[in-house]
Amino acid sequence: MPKVTVDGQEIDAPDGATVLQACELAGKEIPRFCYHERLSIAGNCRMCLVEVKPGPPKPQASCALPATEGQEIRTDTPMVKTAREGVMEFLLINHPLDCPICDQGGECDLQDQSVAYGRGGSRYEENKRAVTEKYMGPLIKTVMTRCIHCTRCVRFSEEIAGVDEIGAVGRGEDMQITTYLEQAAEHELSANVIDLCPVGALTSRPYAFEARPWELKKTLSIDVSDAIGANIRLDSRGREVMRALPRINDDVNEEWISDKARYQVDGLSRRRLDKVFMRTKGGLKPATWDEAFKAIAKAKPGKDIAAIAGDMVDCETMFAAKSLLKASGSSLLEGRQTGMDYDVSNLAAVNFNSTLAGIETADAILIVGSHIRWEAPLVNVRIRKAVKRGAKVFVIGAFWDTTYPAVFLGDELSSLGELPEAVGEIFSSAERPAIIMGGAALAHGALGAGLAFAEQFNLVREGWNGFNVLHFSAARMGGLMLGFAQKGGMKDIVTAKPKVVISLGADEMDFEPFADALKVYVGHHGDKGAHAADIILPGASYAEKDGTYVNTEGRVQFAEKAVFAPGDAREDWTILRALADALGVSVVFNSFAELQAAMIAEVPALGEEGLADFGAMPKASAKARAEGTISAYPIKDFYLTNAIARASAVMQQCSAELLGGGELAEAAE
Amino acid sequence: MADRNPAPDTPELRERWGAFEFTESYRERADKAIARYPEGRQRSAVMPLLDLAQRQVGEQTNTQGWLPLPVIEYVADYLDMPVIRVLEVASFYFMYNMKPVGKYHVQVCGTTPCMLRGSDGLFETCKKRGMSKGHVSDDGLWTLTEVECMGNCATAPMVQINDDNYEDLTPERLDAILDELAAGNQPKTGTQIEGKRTSEPEGGPTTLKDMVGANHDYRGEW
Repeated sequence: MPKVTVDGQEIDAPDGATVLQACELAGKEIPRFCYHERLSIAGNCRMCLVEVKPGPPKPQASCALPATEGQEIRTDTPMVKTAREGVMEFLLINHPLDCPICDQGGECDLQDQSVAYGRGGSRYEENKRAVTEKYMGPLIKTVMTRCIHCTRCVRFSEEIAGVDEIGAVGRGEDMQITTYLEQAAEHELSANVIDLCPVGALTSRPYAFEARPWELKKTLSIDVSDAIGANIRLDSRGREVMRALPRINDDVNEEWISDKARYQVDGLSRRRLDKVFMRTKGGLKPATWDEAFKAIAKAKPGKDIAAIAGDMVDCETMFAAKSLLKASGSSLLEGRQTGMDYDVSNLAAVNFNSTLAGIETADAILIVGSHIRWEAPLVNVRIRKAVKRGAKVFVIGAFWDTTYPAVFLGDELSSLGELPEAVGEIFSSAERPAIIMGGAALAHGALGAGLAFAEQFNLVREGWNGFNVLHFSAARMGGLMLGFAQKGGMKDIVTAKPKVVISLGADEMDFEPFADALKVYVGHHGDKGAHAADIILPGASYAEKDGTYVNTEGRVQFAEKAVFAPGDAREDWTILRALADALGVSVVFNSFAELQAAMIAEVPALGEEGLADFGAMPKASAKARAEGTISAYPIKDFYLTNAIARASAVMQQCSAELLGGGELAEAAE
Repeated sequence: MADRNPAPDTPELRERWGAFEFTESYRERADKAIARYPEGRQRSAVMPLLDLAQRQVGEQTNTQGWLPLPVIEYVADYLDMPVIRVLEVASFYFMYNMKPVGKYHVQVCGTTPCMLRGSDGLFETCKKRGMSKGHVSDDGLWTLTEVECMGNCATAPMVQINDDNYEDLTPERLDAILDELAAGNQPKTGTQIEGKRTSEPEGGPTTLKDMVGANHDYRGEW
């Protein structure tokens, strides 16, 4: 703990801290462009100059200078002020004065810092440098003349994303940031470089010239494109969500979000269900709410009513449906649309128990049947960090490009029970061993074998639980907590032959077996579910309603309503409330607050933000064996996994351009 | 400043260089360079390997050699590293030629000391022979490049041609050197002044004269 003095104020800097961090601890603002907390230190922008004694009598770059005992740091001397002005003047020499037509305007580090730390005007009268634009794919727009060579994007792609795509070619004044031969950046997190870029060199291509930051209403929300529950901020103007940006949450998404989370929002205003539709001879025809409710009541479902939850619904919607069914005397609830039937009697066995932040500290990881880069790109970032710390990673399943060294043990699930000796030894001697079971493993019924593996290698120990299940549906954990699971999965629902099936935005389910039932689709996009439905009741997407979501590690998080749903669409719970009246049953809520209170009364964990406690792990059956071959993963096209993304023009373009029309996973990479 | 953009990626380029591989002797030298670094740190050998690749390209084209994109990709593959990292290195150092050059790459220093000692005359000499900056002469023999300081200021002006330096030049002396090279001979390298060995002053030492014969201790005289 070196003791340093910052502007006369004595503070204890943590071991290994830099002078810049010490200054921040003392509450001093240090301007910077290249320094970023989550990236390696480059020290090339020179904006963070401070005066340090003892040391040479000149300003020093504080980001790259370790804080040591007895340092006297000044951030307020004339020398520091003129040094910053000098650096800023140099940076601006080749930076165009095109702020009025630059998308970064209003949220630009260079703009802000030149106001705060620059000198009033420029003394430069020569020609400025001009750089040709570089193509970086459908998401990243480049205006490279604005680049100040901070190399944050280069470091991000190398260190965080793990794909060396972006580089700095040439040197000195001729240095240019580019991808090799201007190929598109092909990574699920590529658009994060837009946030990292301190100037307007890398901006968002789909969002180009759409809005200014000060025109936007900012709403705190939760991403539903995968089960990570990344914390996002929805920026909206009027009735339209303009963009999604990550919020910082070190426990969940750090500072990143996947490209799908960021760019599927344009799908929120396309292919929307904004009217009630009813199927008559000759197809779906617009109808009124009354007609629709009457038609449902006419089916007289009684207790023969089922509800299937989609992948993106919030807990409140699911609980409203559950209350409706309960009042009707039915418990035909299911959320695992594709027919998975793993045991959910103990939710600790289907949870990501290490926690997302915890998996970073694992030292041996076995991935079973999960294409993590596509199922949860942010988890892959965490595992990459673990590998950097020395973790060994093994994968059972078909090959995918991991971005870190990993040993593929073949695609036979049976090898879970009979690991090669060397691998077994690594797990026996590991201090924090972990297993990650993906969707493909669950679909093959390997959960029991996974639990047996956990017991064999003692994955659950003091202060560490290494048993993880990685879901990729945002609604999954919430649904399981609310009992949206039958013992036999969807098969049980089919066997029960319900007269009315309510699909809560369930698009991936098979409607074929329900040919005789009245299929009611409560959802927001005209996707697969709506095509199969008899009655369509337009609902709200995640951006258009308050809601509770539980991510794959059992973290309960609240999202807020950013905009109103289009047309006749209503928030889902109001539709279900009205449906209860139509069916002549009574439910316990009349307002959203009452609904939430009833839900929390039933499942108290949903009322508390943070990790839910699922209790102890179940005993594994020693006989559990896994069979089968994982030759493919459930996600065939990263960019088109849900109804919103499928409606999004940007995601479609990504799919076509980056994945070549969504061929097989192997072909795509 | 020289154009550091790589030569365009054309089908012809791919066809000419797509099958590039180190020959036996170059592979031996490449592996020796890699062996200098610890296991798993083979990337550190990127600079010697690029140099070797350029030399082999030079042998195959009877020029000083350059680095076509397929060759850069081959080196990246050989070292198991991302190709953009190799391109970064190749485009950073001026000794790697990103465009085809002639048999002799005449690099004339134009920095202040050389300029004061008459480097302008050297450029004139070169241009008279049909060289122009950044281009290969029509006979394929010469490429002229203006470079910054090469660290031979004491013997300015200087020219570097392929692997050799020629110092203390005048237009006449440079002409003689270029004639020799064109004739296929190897001129004397280093200083071009008769009787001078390296960078010592012309006509004998002007300071520390007592040191010429034996080691003399000047300290008492300060």
